Amino acid sequence: MIAALLHGLRLIGARVVSGIWKLGVASRFSWLVISRSGPSFRRFQLTLDQIYFAGTLSLIIIVVSGLFVGLVLGLQGYETLKRYGSAEALGTLVALALVRELGPVVAALLFASRAGSAITARVGIMKSTEQLSAMEMMAVDPFARVLSPVFWGGAFSMPLLAAIFSAMGVFGGYLIGVVLIGVDSGAFWSQMQANVDLREDIGNGLIKSAVFGVAITLIALFEGYDAPPTAEGVSYAVTRTVVTSALSVLALDFVLTSFMFSGV
Amino acid sequence: MKRTTIDLWVGVFVTAGLAAILVLALKVGNASNVSTSEAYHVIAEFENIGGLKVRAPVKSAGVVVGRVEEIQFDNDKFLARVSLRVSKSYRFPTDTTAAILTAGLLGEQYVGLEGGGDTELIKDGGRLKITQSAIVLEKLIGQLVQAFMGNKASEASNGGKPPAGK
Repeated sequence: MIAALLHGLRLIGARVVSGIWKLGVASRFSWLVISRSGPSFRRFQLTLDQIYFAGTLSLIIIVVSGLFVGLVLGLQGYETLKRYGSAEALGTLVALALVRELGPVVAALLFASRAGSAITARVGIMKSTEQLSAMEMMAVDPFARVLSPVFWGGAFSMPLLAAIFSAMGVFGGYLIGVVLIGVDSGAFWSQMQANVDLREDIGNGLIKSAVFGVAITLIALFEGYDAPPTAEGVSYAVTRTVVTSALSVLALDFVLTSFMFSGV
Repeated sequence: MKRTTIDLWVGVFVTAGLAAILVLALKVGNASNVSTSEAYHVIAEFENIGGLKVRAPVKSAGVVVGRVEEIQFDNDKFLARVSLRVSKSYRFPTDTTAAILTAGLLGEQYVGLEGGGDTELIKDGGRLKITQSAIVLEKLIGQLVQAFMGNKASEASNGGKPPAGK
């Protein structure tokens, strides 16, 4: 009885210790990636490649999803607002929902699954085929040459992607609300402009998406670097990247939101 | 892929992203009307501000002339001290009255200014002397009920007859 209890306690202890251990390794890894970012700016082509990979290639999914989220918001918002006779507030609803929450969060989730998983797979395979070690042998720092540009490319692309997502969503809401249903165009825009604040709403949304971008790319890089050098290990690492970054985006979103909008 | 092609596409992406931010700022957030323009502050004290919030519009004759900048509670007079930020391009006389009004069905409240006849203009930090509080629905209903009951009572005291002169 007591032995089983002790065993259980030991198991909990081991889990906690290994969790903290991994967190510590991840923090030191993140510090290494960021502190060796000199070449990502001195040889800017490296970062440009990563912006192309993380940003430009994500454009289609972001644009299409943003448009459809905006269309759905327009439809659902109109159906609900109509009951209170204030369909003109549709613009406000669509814009605030997108700029504050949906833009950064949904774009981050898409980014995590579109770009984050690919980053993990790439780094994991580079590690398992010992390309990173080979670089070290040639006195090339893999952190500076490979990992840091990926980080900066992802962190730079994410706010832009979120902004594109929000803009497309507002356009989608406009298409449904004004063009299709026939909400007054003037009221749609003027109510939106009266209620969306440049700093409080748009600025905070951009800050959020930048934080998400940093978090996702660091998680993706770390999971790839930390993956066991087997096919199975890399596949698990990719899964973990998507799950962990989705959860941390949602958790971070809650924390950031409670800080940013608590005073309003 | 060739270097120049990648550069081109990165350029397209970055331009699209910046354009999206610009669209959000100008079209959605209306940065052109942001209070960067010169403005002066006017203070108005209300007995009750109802649901007035910071950043609510200040309107005169229906035109937005400024925003509510700060709402405080005055500990000495037990009044709400509302600081209004009015654009420099709009001028009001010193006997301007401020009222808290309601717009739309959702009950968004704003401050309405009505210019008086004074020749002197109100200065930065000036105080509006005549204010009208927000209409609180509960009070209104309370007064209505009271008036109604009062009528009933007076009718009863008249022995059920309608008041004289009718």
